[in-house]
Amino acid sequence: MTAAALAVAPPSPTSKGSPMSTNETGGRLNVPGTPIFDGQTSRRGLRLNKMLMSFRSAENRERFAADEAAYCAEFQLAPEQTQAVLDRDWTAMIDLGGSIFYVYKLAMMDGRSMQYLGGVFTGMTEEEFLAELRAGGRRG
Amino acid sequence: MAEVIWGLATSHVPSIGAAMDRGKTEDPNWKDLFDGYAPARAWLAEHKPDVAIVVYNDHANGLDLDIVPTFGIGTADHYRVADEGYGPRQVPDVIGDPELSLHLLESLVDENFDLTVFQELEVDHGLTVPLSVWTPEPGDAWPCPVVPILVNVIQYPQPTAARCYALGQALGRAIRSYGDDVTVGVLGTGGMSHQLAGARAGFINPEFDKMWLEKIEKDPAALAGLSREELIREAGSEGIELIMWLIMRGAMADEVTKVHSHYFLPASNTAAGIALFDNRAPQPA
Ligand SMILES: [Fe+2]
Repeated sequence: MTAAALAVAPPSPTSKGSPMSTNETGGRLNVPGTPIFDGQTSRRGLRLNKMLMSFRSAENRERFAADEAAYCAEFQLAPEQTQAVLDRDWTAMIDLGGSIFYVYKLAMMDGRSMQYLGGVFTGMTEEEFLAELRAGGRRG
Repeated sequence: MAEVIWGLATSHVPSIGAAMDRGKTEDPNWKDLFDGYAPARAWLAEHKPDVAIVVYNDHANGLDLDIVPTFGIGTADHYRVADEGYGPRQVPDVIGDPELSLHLLESLVDENFDLTVFQELEVDHGLTVPLSVWTPEPGDAWPCPVVPILVNVIQYPQPTAARCYALGQALGRAIRSYGDDVTVGVLGTGGMSHQLAGARAGFINPEFDKMWLEKIEKDPAALAGLSREELIREAGSEGIELIMWLIMRGAMADEVTKVHSHYFLPASNTAAGIALFDNRAPQPA
């Protein structure tokens, strides 16, 4: 990941007012409770997702753990993206353009499961969420 | 001329691979899934193809979001198993078949399917879990060389179901026009219904999945008529990856014989399906 690569990243996701929720940017597509990872979302989340992608290497995972804020700064995350990462605010990470497959890399580093994240997104404990899955899944 | 001898549709959830890698297949939470694989595995062991084509998607391991190819094909002779963040799976690397890859590429481009070429590619659970579903104990090597075909199912707009089915049909023609007399297995991976994020996380739709399992065999054209929105609504934002099954199915004959199918939930957050079809069924005159 070079600085040159980052230099061509799209404009900062920081915009006036509060960032638009992923739920609202599906354009023609609106499925309740369903974030659509579309082109605008991906533009907004590019730097965040690049940082999360970097966790594929053990060396980067260690550098992140040593100073999380500095690592976020290196990837030029927007302030609210950095805050979401530092706070482990999983819902905010998705709203700020994180793709679930990328966000999950950070969760794995924390020893968190996809069921834990599911619980966070739905306001349940991991156990409650898992119980719903085992009962046949949640209906929308 | 090359011939598709079978098609295998299967989920590629990482936890299925993890359950195998950690010896949990007899665990009560998993046993029914792996018992459900047994008849398919036994049949596949008796019907080893010369080469396999695996239609899958990467999950932030071999590709990032700098470039999002709608369709791609690997042309390498070797694909390393990716480190997804906790070390690579302890399974064999994947041996490619560049000659077949390049033939398929040329045929498909001639049919106006402009695939992105991957000369280097690390493969993730999307490709290796289906190989494990097929071959639980590969030893030093998978049963045969593999040609990966990649589909963007992560970033909207995903290709339409109709386009996937048409690509599969063109893939079938490309395979049949290959000069060498080789047998081919085609794997369509992913699904079934699931959603990982948002207030609807944990969504599973068994009625939709059962319908899909039935129609993928008998009426794939009906599935090809589903819109992106219908797929996301009915199968979940990640369940839309079921469109990859249509590429497999399109490469097969109109009439196929079902060898085995099984449905299980939950595998991690996902409904998991397997469907194995013999492509050597007698065709209507
Ligand atoms: Fe997938």
